[in-house]
Amino acid sequence: MRYAYYPGCSLNSSGLEYNMSAQAIAPLLGIDLFELPEWNCCGASSAHLQDHTLALALPARNLAIGEDLGLSLAIPCAACLSRCKATEHAVRSSEETHTLIESLIDRPYTAAYPVKSLLEVFIESSMDLLQDKITKPLTGLKAAAYYGCLQARPTDYMDMDDPEYPQTIDIIIEAVGAEPVDWAHKTECCGNGHPTAYPKIGSRLVNRILKQAEISGAECIVCACPMCFFNLDMRQKALGQKRGRPFNLPVYYYTQLMGIAMGLPPQKLGIDKHSVNALDLLSQKRYIPTAGSAAEGGPA
Amino acid sequence: MKKVGVFVCHCGTNIAQTVNCEQLAEAAKTLPGVAYSTEYKYMCSDPGQTMIKKAIEEHNLDRVVVAACSPRMHEATFRKCVNGAGLNPYLLEIANIREQCSWVHSDKTKATAKAEDLIRMAVAKALKNEKLTPSVIPIHKRALVIGGGIAGIQAALDIADTGYQVDLVEREPSIGGKMAQIDKTFPTMDCSACILTPKMVDAAQHPNITIIAYSEVEKVEGYVGNFDVTIRRKATCVDPVKCTGCGLCSQKCPSKTDSEFECNMSQRPAIYSPFPQAIPNKPVIDQEACRYFKTGKCKICQKICASDAVNFEDQDELVTIRYGAIVVATGYSLYDYNQYGEYGYGQYPDVISGLDFERLVNASGPTMGKIKRPSDGQEPKTVVFIKCVGSRDANRGHDYCSRACCMYTAKHATMVRDKIKDSQAVVFYMDIRTPGKNYEEFYLRAVEEYGVTYVRGRVSRIYMESGNLIVQGEDTILGTQILVVADMVVLATAMEAQPDAAEFARKIGITFDQNNFFNEAHPKLRPVETFSAGIYLAGACQGPKDIPDSVAQAGAAAAKVVALLSKDEMATEPIVAEVNTNHCSGCGFCVPVCPYKAISLKTLTERVHGSVAWGPAGKEITRQVAEVNKGLCQGCGACTVNCRSGALDLLGFTNEQILAEVDSL
Amino acid sequence: MTMDNGQWTMDNEMQRQQGTSVRLDSVGKDWDPKILVFACQYCTYAGADLAGLSRLQYPTTTRVIRVPCSGRTNPQFVIRAFQKGFDGVLVAGCHPGDCHFSTGNYFTRRRYLLMTRLMEFVGMDPRRFRVCWISGSEGPKFQQVVTELTDAIRPLGPNHKLRDTELSSLVGGIGR
Repeated sequence: MRYAYYPGCSLNSSGLEYNMSAQAIAPLLGIDLFELPEWNCCGASSAHLQDHTLALALPARNLAIGEDLGLSLAIPCAACLSRCKATEHAVRSSEETHTLIESLIDRPYTAAYPVKSLLEVFIESSMDLLQDKITKPLTGLKAAAYYGCLQARPTDYMDMDDPEYPQTIDIIIEAVGAEPVDWAHKTECCGNGHPTAYPKIGSRLVNRILKQAEISGAECIVCACPMCFFNLDMRQKALGQKRGRPFNLPVYYYTQLMGIAMGLPPQKLGIDKHSVNALDLLSQKRYIPTAGSAAEGGPA
Repeated sequence: MKKVGVFVCHCGTNIAQTVNCEQLAEAAKTLPGVAYSTEYKYMCSDPGQTMIKKAIEEHNLDRVVVAACSPRMHEATFRKCVNGAGLNPYLLEIANIREQCSWVHSDKTKATAKAEDLIRMAVAKALKNEKLTPSVIPIHKRALVIGGGIAGIQAALDIADTGYQVDLVEREPSIGGKMAQIDKTFPTMDCSACILTPKMVDAAQHPNITIIAYSEVEKVEGYVGNFDVTIRRKATCVDPVKCTGCGLCSQKCPSKTDSEFECNMSQRPAIYSPFPQAIPNKPVIDQEACRYFKTGKCKICQKICASDAVNFEDQDELVTIRYGAIVVATGYSLYDYNQYGEYGYGQYPDVISGLDFERLVNASGPTMGKIKRPSDGQEPKTVVFIKCVGSRDANRGHDYCSRACCMYTAKHATMVRDKIKDSQAVVFYMDIRTPGKNYEEFYLRAVEEYGVTYVRGRVSRIYMESGNLIVQGEDTILGTQILVVADMVVLATAMEAQPDAAEFARKIGITFDQNNFFNEAHPKLRPVETFSAGIYLAGACQGPKDIPDSVAQAGAAAAKVVALLSKDEMATEPIVAEVNTNHCSGCGFCVPVCPYKAISLKTLTERVHGSVAWGPAGKEITRQVAEVNKGLCQGCGACTVNCRSGALDLLGFTNEQILAEVDSL
Repeated sequence: MTMDNGQWTMDNEMQRQQGTSVRLDSVGKDWDPKILVFACQYCTYAGADLAGLSRLQYPTTTRVIRVPCSGRTNPQFVIRAFQKGFDGVLVAGCHPGDCHFSTGNYFTRRRYLLMTRLMEFVGMDPRRFRVCWISGSEGPKFQQVVTELTDAIRPLGPNHKLRDTELSSLVGGIGR
């Protein structure tokens, strides 16, 4: 199954691990990720604060290119997904907006090919294949599925299975043999850009999520958004120091766990690049060879 | 020569601002048949009506067209008016130039042209109008009240007190409804049972009331004054005549199931009365829970019953009874808060509904009146109340306000503070709505005397942390997020229509709104009537209501019933179908389309006039023709369309009248 | 169908479908169709009144005939309306299941399925005829239906197919 795909601003930088792992597992699971030619920034987090129309037009251009190729977009990043879905919804629900957007991007765009999240694409078409490919089931791993705010909301067009208690990542955690924990902060906000701009507010939000994950008995957090990953992974050490006790909760992309379960080397999935050591837990659990032999890739 | 008078109303400026009324009155003069026309500021006012009457006399008018507001508004007024001047009221026609013209258009030229057309249509129809006279139908002097909650009980008592027979049908084994489950009532804090149970006893002992419990209305046929209602008496398996109500069977019954009355917080036997003060106080066997019905073995109750009242062979029974009037008082149900993901999807045992709380504080409830939380039986110290759960929430529940929750939440919070030492009661609210006598004072007492904390804001989430419920919400006045560590959370869930309300409404022939509450005939002026004559509404089946309002509405419905039953017969709309037997071929196609079974075939014997194909003059022939029962006919006109030979017509809306309207344009 | 210099023009296919040649010169863009509405007095008539109470604006194209029930509307009334030159006809009643007379609108539904076929058969554009359910609480729906129907008929041009210019008032009522 072929999908148009673009890394956006983060998947070649702070979210490199997501890109590496997604690209590594997709072909094994029958998904052909075709990079969208001449893709542009979706405008997330800044465009819609400046100009509503611009915020719709930026993703519309990407969507129109995809439509021209006859492809649905499979979007890895939750922020890109949110903007694309918002555009799709706006174009579908108002003929006026539709005309305006088409004139701005100077291309036809009819929202004929539904935008999907990469997560959704795997759930829809790869779960059977995944079962056949699993060589190292992650038995005994307790993982907290973390969805963040953007994938489930607004509820009228994001189509998450259940906006208050989503299950999609939990299904993948189960599929790779691990055990999803039941916890209350699956869709709590991670603070997005706030930890940088307003550290006091931002770190409180991140702290809350980490604390709840810890209470739930999870050994790691699994997410599907580069921004969430960035906040939960990179800020974890400082928050641990502040309270005098490290959290020690490695954060993984769901694609990384799928890759490990299919026996791919952790370096190929970027697991060696995390701020919070993510290799030790996997080797302790004997999903990968012990830490000593995993010295090829340096930290990011 | 027929003479029509046209009267154009300005309705202040309501019509006059978009329609040129003077021009209309002038134009009307040129219409065929119009002998007089004029305009006036308020036709419906006294001077306006006098003007019409005078014109009828002075100009010998025999048809009247009033161009004014909707006929739904003032057709009755003007019919009375022309009748006062000696004209048959059905010689009047209304041209609706307000609701369907001046109010919906802004272009004065186009609106005036349309209004002219509307008058032209009305004149054309009026010219074909004939005098119509009402016929009479008998009134059967017995009333049916459906639903034995406080509204139904009150309506039954009020009707019975005037001397008419009333049957009170209740689907549960006992009357009492939701009020029987409630502990105390706001704003007086009377004990609910103390004021309800005497009324239940009154109803049971009243010589004019028959309580038909554990029964449901199956079918309603007929019409005002003559409803034939089929009631299903569900098999109780206990002979009510033999049973003494001693209760031994319930004590010995080995099968237990969740008690609906106790909101599933305790168990009841399979042979049971819902609560100790139940009326009728005769147990019934819940066949789904009974061991004998499930396994074929047991019969303990039968063995120990001294009066041999248990009968496992009992079957449902259908009875059909004729009533003159029906009061629908079927009540409400509560919103299922398990739909709220953010409040835990019903997974947290200590998140309960307001009705659950009523049982928890009730002295005869599952905890004997001590407030204990369901999970571990501990006394909760911090209790959080969340209002508007399913109300005023278009995303999850209903748009409307459930009206009673602000008050009962204040009551609950007061009771927590009163009954539990060192307790804290925190109420999350959107607005406080206390529009009732002594209601605001009651709420203020909760805040000022009982120290209940009110937080203005919604709760976004409830989650568990180390065995406690964490209530995460917003205080919109302080503009901050707050977390409350709670031992128990009480949700003020929305009052909503009964799950089978729509199905029931169709069964008995009344209408319901977008929330499945039954429709009153007019939101302000006919609040207890339905669109179906002879069927009235009481209580929360019409919309969320508290006890005082339900009782008031029940009294009003009873007054309407009594007014109807006090007459021996009533006049009916003369707008009914009529058969021209000369044209009727007796095919009978009209018989099955009539929803009221008003058409039947009769045999006609007549002599042939003149020589025709089927016989010489003077020959006597018999043939079948349709006949319309004017009492049963409601005037829908479905039969007229089915009539092949055009023999059926609907008086007041004849083919000729309607075609005259079409042709006039 | 396209608009050209403020004039409606028709492509051949549409003309064939119409089964008539439209006098284009008479059909300026300001042309308003005339629509006859048969409204049941319990639902749609009340819905139209509600539209008025709510001051919802809609085109002046409609003339409403109040009938006790949509089931009273004889299909012959509809044909007569087209003969008299109406450009569109709307028959509207209560939603199925909500009929004041229990079953009237079920008859309406069945009769007018056939009516639509008949229109197709005789070569009338069936878009000129519509049956819909508008309850007493649906003022906005009445506004919407009238507006939509007006917009749908406008490009079809005046009804010439069934208009009987010879039909005089001498033709008596049906069934008389």
